[in-house]
Order: sequence, then C-alpha cells, then structure tokens
Amino acid sequence: MARAVTPQRKVINTALAWGVGLLIFFPILWTILTSFKTEAQAIADPPLFLNFDWTLENYAIVQERSDYMRFLWNSVIIAGGSTLLGIVIAVPAAWSMAFVPGRWTKDILLWMLSTKMLPAVGVLYPIYLIFIKLGLLDSRGGLVVVLMLINLPIIVWMLYTYFKEIPGEILEAARMDGAGLREELLYVLTPMAIPGIASTVLLNIILAWNEAFWTLNLTAAKAAPLTAFIASYSSPEGLFYAKLSAASTMAIAPILILGWFSQKQLVRGLTFGAVK
Amino acid sequence: MGRIVLDKVTKSFGDVQVIPPLDLTIEDGEFTVFVGPSGCGKSTLLRLIAGLEDVSTGQIRIDRQDATMVPPAKRGLAMVFQSYALYPHMSVRKNIAFPLRMAKLDQAEIDRRVTGAAEVLNLTDYLDRRPGQLSGGQRQRVAIGRAIVREPAAFLFDEPLSNLDAALRVGMRLEISELHERLKTTMIYVTHDQVEAMTMADKIVVLRAGNIEQVGSPLELYREPRNLFVAGFIGSPRMNFIEGPEAAKLGAKTIGIRPEHITVSDSEGPWSGVVSVSEHLGSDTYFHVHDTGLAETITVRADGEVGFRHGDRIHLTPRMDVMQRFDAEGLRIA
Amino acid sequence: MATQHSRSAARLMMAPAVVLLLGWMLVPLIMTLYFSFRKYLPLRGGDLGWVGFDNYVRFITSSAFWPAVQATLMIVGGVLLITVVLGVVLALLLDQPMWGQGIVRILVIAPFFVMPTVSALVWKNMFMDPVNGLFAHLWKAFGAEPVAWLSEASLPSIIMIVSWQWLPFATLILLTAIQSLDSEQLEAAEMDGAPALKRFWFIILPHLSRAITVVVLIQTIFLLSIFAEIFVTTQGSFGTRTLTYLIFQRVLESQNIGLGSAGGVYAIILANIVALFLMRIVGKNLDA
Repeated sequence: MARAVTPQRKVINTALAWGVGLLIFFPILWTILTSFKTEAQAIADPPLFLNFDWTLENYAIVQERSDYMRFLWNSVIIAGGSTLLGIVIAVPAAWSMAFVPGRWTKDILLWMLSTKMLPAVGVLYPIYLIFIKLGLLDSRGGLVVVLMLINLPIIVWMLYTYFKEIPGEILEAARMDGAGLREELLYVLTPMAIPGIASTVLLNIILAWNEAFWTLNLTAAKAAPLTAFIASYSSPEGLFYAKLSAASTMAIAPILILGWFSQKQLVRGLTFGAVK
Repeated sequence: MGRIVLDKVTKSFGDVQVIPPLDLTIEDGEFTVFVGPSGCGKSTLLRLIAGLEDVSTGQIRIDRQDATMVPPAKRGLAMVFQSYALYPHMSVRKNIAFPLRMAKLDQAEIDRRVTGAAEVLNLTDYLDRRPGQLSGGQRQRVAIGRAIVREPAAFLFDEPLSNLDAALRVGMRLEISELHERLKTTMIYVTHDQVEAMTMADKIVVLRAGNIEQVGSPLELYREPRNLFVAGFIGSPRMNFIEGPEAAKLGAKTIGIRPEHITVSDSEGPWSGVVSVSEHLGSDTYFHVHDTGLAETITVRADGEVGFRHGDRIHLTPRMDVMQRFDAEGLRIA
Repeated sequence: MATQHSRSAARLMMAPAVVLLLGWMLVPLIMTLYFSFRKYLPLRGGDLGWVGFDNYVRFITSSAFWPAVQATLMIVGGVLLITVVLGVVLALLLDQPMWGQGIVRILVIAPFFVMPTVSALVWKNMFMDPVNGLFAHLWKAFGAEPVAWLSEASLPSIIMIVSWQWLPFATLILLTAIQSLDSEQLEAAEMDGAPALKRFWFIILPHLSRAITVVVLIQTIFLLSIFAEIFVTTQGSFGTRTLTYLIFQRVLESQNIGLGSAGGVYAIILANIVALFLMRIVGKNLDA
C-alpha cells in the first residue's frame, strides 16, 4: 500500500510511533541499563539514565553466585529438547493430515488444539503425582516430555498449515519415481518444508523457554531452568536491582533475539490460521 | 515390455461410482490417449493405473503380473504430471537422477543416464539450475527426462501440455510423438483436447462419465463413430447434427455431417441458408449458416478463397457417402 | 484421494501424536475427576474415602471462592479491555507510513518475548517498589506521595503488568488483519468523501471484528491461567488470588487434593466454554 502522505504527516507519525514504541520497550531498556550499574547507582535518587560508570561486575557476580550456566543449560535442554521431540512426532502426523486427509482429519486437528486449552492447574496434582511415582520430579527429561506435550498441538498445527501449501502432485511424483514413504518424507517433503519447519522450531523454542507454570511447579534445584532461576530472586535478592537486572537480561536476551526473527510466524502460530 | 490390462475395474469415492466396470487392454508399445470432457474419469483411470488410487474392484495387470495391490513405486511406470511436479529444492540434474537414486543405481550409471537424457532433451546447459529458473517448456522437458531415465514399462502423461502456451504446445506434441517413435515404449496420455488425441494416438479411448464410449484408431473414430457423443467429440469444427424430416428420409432419428463434407455454392444445392458469421482462417473459411430449416446452425468448412459474407444466401451440398445416421438411442446405424 | 496403502501409513504416522495427546488429556483428567470426589489429604491422613459432591460444594461456598472469581474476572476483563483498545490504536499507528517502521515494530513486540517471571520481577521491584521504584521517584518528582503499588493497588498493578506482556500479541495480530484490508475499499470510501473517523468506524472496525474476536478468545484462555505473575509478586495476597492461584494453593500449599481437584474441574469447564467459541471460528476457517 503506497499511500502518499505529506512530509509533515510522516514526521508526526514517526515521532508518535517511536514515542509509543520506546515507552513500551522502556522496561526492557531500563533493565538492560541497570544491569551495567553498581547497586548504589541502581537505586540512586534521582535515577541515572546514561551518566553512570558502566560496569560488568553484576554479570560476574550473578554467574559466580548462582551457577547461572546450569540454569541456562537446563533451559536450553528443556526448550530445545521438547521442540525437537515435538517436531519428530509432529512431522509424520502433519504429513498424514495434509496429504491423506480422511473423514476425521478436521476433527482430530480441532481436538488437538482443544487439549492446548486445558488449564494446567486443573491437572496439576495428577501430573505431580505421576512425576513422583515415575521419579521424574526435578528432572530435565520429565519437563522435556511435558513441554513437548503442551506444545505439540501448536507444532502439528503449524506444520499442517505449511504442508498444505506443498502441492500433493510433487509427493505423488516421488512415489512414482520409486520413493518409499521414508524417502518421500526424508528427501522430498522435509527439504521442501524447511522454512516452515524452521519457523515452527523457532516459535516453539520461545514458548518452551518462557513457560512458567510447569517449570516452576515440577522443578527444584537440579533441573530448574531460567524461569525458576529468576523466580528465586523474588526476595530478598530482588532488592539488589543491578544483579536482578543482570540475571534478567541474561535470561531474556537469547529469546529476544530469536523472537525478533520469528515475528512473522508468530501470528500464524498463535492464532491457528484464524487470522491471516 | 508394457502390456497393461484392466479387468472389470471399478472405482468409487464413497457412494459415488466414478468408474463403472471397465475392461481395456493396452498393447505393448502402443500410444494410447484417454480423451473426454472434464470430469469424465480419464485422470482417475490414469491414477488407478499408476497406483496413486486403489481400484474398488477388479484387477490391473502389467505384463501378465497382477499389479492391483502393488504400490506405485514398485509398478515400474513413470508419470509426467500436469504441474510437472518437479522437486523445487533440487537442481535439474538431481531431479532427473532422483528415480535412479531411489533405484539405488551406482553413481557412474546415474551420471551416464542423466547426461544421455539431458542431451536428448536439450537440457545439457541447464543441469545445474533449479526448476524455478526454467521456462515452462524446459520444466516440461525435465519432467519427461525424469520419466525416461528409469526406462519404465510404460509412460503415463496427465494432461502434460495444458499449462503451456499454444505455440509451445504444438512443439512439445511433436517432441513427445518423436520420443515415442524412438523408444517404442507404451505410453498412456490423458487429455481433454481432441486435437492432441487425433495427432498423437495409435489408439484413442473416448470416455464419458467413467464409461468407455469407443476405442479405436483416430481414423476409425473419425470415420465410424459409434454414437452421437463420439461423433460430436472427435473432429473440429464439430459435426452438424440434423433431426426431423431430413433425417427420417434416410431412415434415422439423427443424421450427422462434418463441416468439411459440405460444399457451398451461390446457386445450387439441396439445402440453403443465410450466412451469419464467416471466420476466415486463411487456409480455410468456416461459415455458420442459419435459417436452413434443418438445425439452428450448420457449420461449413470451405476453401480459404471462398468469399461469402454475413447475410449472403448460399446453397449447401452434403456428401451423402459420408453422411452418418444415428438411431433413437444415439447409436450409429452401419 | 489416496490408496489403502497410504491411508494405513497415514494412520500409523498419526498414531504417536494422537496417542500421546490422548494420554496427556485423559489420564490426568480422569485422575482429577476421581480425586475431586474424595477427601484426600496426603499430609493429614491420606485418602479418606468418597465424599460425593462435598468438595464441589465446599469449593464454591468457601469464603475464598467469590473473591477469587472476582479477581479473575477483573484481571481477564481489565487486560482484555486495555490490550484490545490500545492494540487497535497501536495497529492503526504502525500501519501509517513512517521512518523506521521495522524498528518500531520490534520495540513494540519485544515484551511478548520476556519470560513472565522476569517481567513480573522487574515491574515489581524496579518500577513499583514504593521506595526505590521508578514510579516512586516519578511521584516524588511531582511532589506526590509514592504509592505501594502491589499492596495498595494490587489488582490494577497486576493488570498493568499482564497488559504490558499481552499488548504486543494483540497489536501484532490486529496489525496483520489491518494490512490484509483491501486498500481499494478505503480509497473508494475516501473518494466518497467519508472522513477518517467514519472510515475507521464503518470499514476498518468491521474488518477487524474477526481478528478482535480471535484475540479476545485466545487471550482469555491464556489469561485464565496466568500464574507466574502472581506467584512472584503478591503470592495471591491483597485480593489478587485468582481461581488458578486458589486451586494451586489448595493443591500444593495446603495439600487438600480433593478440594483442589474440584476447583480444577471448575477451571476446566470454564476454559472449555471459551474454547468452544474459539474452535468454532478456527473450524470455519479450516473449511474455507
């Protein structure tokens, strides 16, 4: 849409939009800035914006004291593992629904989505109990499975919408060319769907990284990811603003960057195709 | 070898039977064309032979072997799709090599065959391009290349030329005919275009609503159509059909005469009418004649030099020796 | 359109996903249903047998129930109102021609990627703290008395934090919807002499109605179960105990599994009512 507007109008738009954008972004910016201050500067009155002595000491202290790397590693394993496991299970399922639709396909898709709507708190105790019985409490493996399950509907759904865009004739051509099911999936479908699979992976890593119900309730010390690490700052360490900020920045930075890459896919993944 | 036999084959989707019991034999090396209006079941029939759809009942035999339950990958047939269905993520070379890779041939043999196919199809310069960088005609050639390298028992073509523009279509038609002359492999070709059917086929199968209306060589169908449908479908412009007293005179419900079998004159002939439109093609002229009292319009094909215009009253003389007669059921009276 | 062969392959390949999700749904659901009919106190005597609908009655009649419902409705309603209204405004603004549109978009979307525990903690300590928070400084600068946000205005504070997290989601979806609006329609209206406000009211808003419905439904489902934001700020005190948080406390803190499970069943029913509407919209879109 190339609408012509007067330069004045464009200047006003720009100023307004940047103002609002910076306002919304400000809490993140402030957190990042504070992470480079000393504790005293962090609570200085009046607050310091840029005129302070930049320091990296908070990052060093947070790492040293709280074993940040372990939490980070747990987050990576849990988010990455649950997403990969989900993809492996979802690709065949999405293939079936996209290319061999049956009478029930639509119902199965909608039912899968409906499991996503199940309030976690409603099944908290049963899961808790099962985890105790199976010895999964505070284990990365257990969380990988749970997060895979809560995101599986979204993964299947996203892959389904991407696969639907691949013409079925190409897969039939592969079949005629002597490809078995395995070759068809491995050499034809998957390479063609790489962009779609990549965005699905991206969005689901973000969702799993930020998940904060099961990660808080099913972990203690060993398997706790960054969500739980930050929650442990709730008090009294939370009053050390500079360290809190450093920890927060480290927890959100990787996903903020991934997120900016995936903003286009976000709409598709989170509205289940209801908004295009 | 590629002799394909369909034995009492039927196909239903749910409660709808799209192919009623059907028997057909395609001889080894034959170029067979399935032709019919859209929705006549010709593509379904091809997909049944390919194995992309299951037959509901009946048997498909390829070289005397029962292939009814054999998956498409194992039938030894190659198919060229309407959309070409090239693998967009592979180079032309990889596309053509794909079936050979699936057959687990060794690399030297794959290279030899791909190079050979590329030479035959003039694709040597494009081997490292992706399908997205090729023109429609080139893509079509890649699809054909992918089919021929396998040395299949038979080729299946599903309306392969319908996405090409008119000029290219004529060229590719010739290329496919030449390919058949050289390879002598069975080919089954689906089209809704009767010109393609007439020009390419050894044997034409005319289909309507899943039923075979007639099987025969192009000239057989042209000269001796079994019924009104085939008579109307084969030949361009369409055969003129006349009912009423003129037909009754010849002892028929309907009589049919092709536009090219009528001569025009400004003075004499048993029929007469007024020219409503004359279409000058250069070599030929088509006259659409009204007010003949025989049918709404009688189409006549005359020499390009004949110069009647809109509104001229002209006289028509049909060739009685090629006049077709049809009974009340629409069947031709021999 | 396929063969028996590929159909059975399809069933086989769908099986793992279907079986896993079926298990994930049914097993805990049946357990929750089972517990909800029993007096079950793991730390005080264990499973004390059937009590019929006692837990359901007790959960509803407990003094904590109605305040929890009220808090839940306030938070869900408040956040929906703020995010949808501001979302429409922001989407309209971002759709205008300007310099650096891509960067502004990124700035606006960023909060969505911040993990809930981080945003709750940052807001709680660095902005809403009555002594050292930025708001306190701001208030003092204007000579006002700093507010202890999370105890004195606890609900609005939570609504504010959650709205900040969800505003990007609403904006992004509404922006996508606005951009799909046929510009010729707007141009035609402009040619017809419709002023900007009328164009918004009669063309843009109706076009957005579906996207707004989707935003409302999806957010409702997620907002009904917000947890971390309350867990790290007020721990449910000062009138911020939502239904979700109440159930969490019954189950894990006071270990009254029967009562908590009955609450869980209520929460599931509530979520399903909302989900039903969402499914109908999504389902319709599947046919198209």
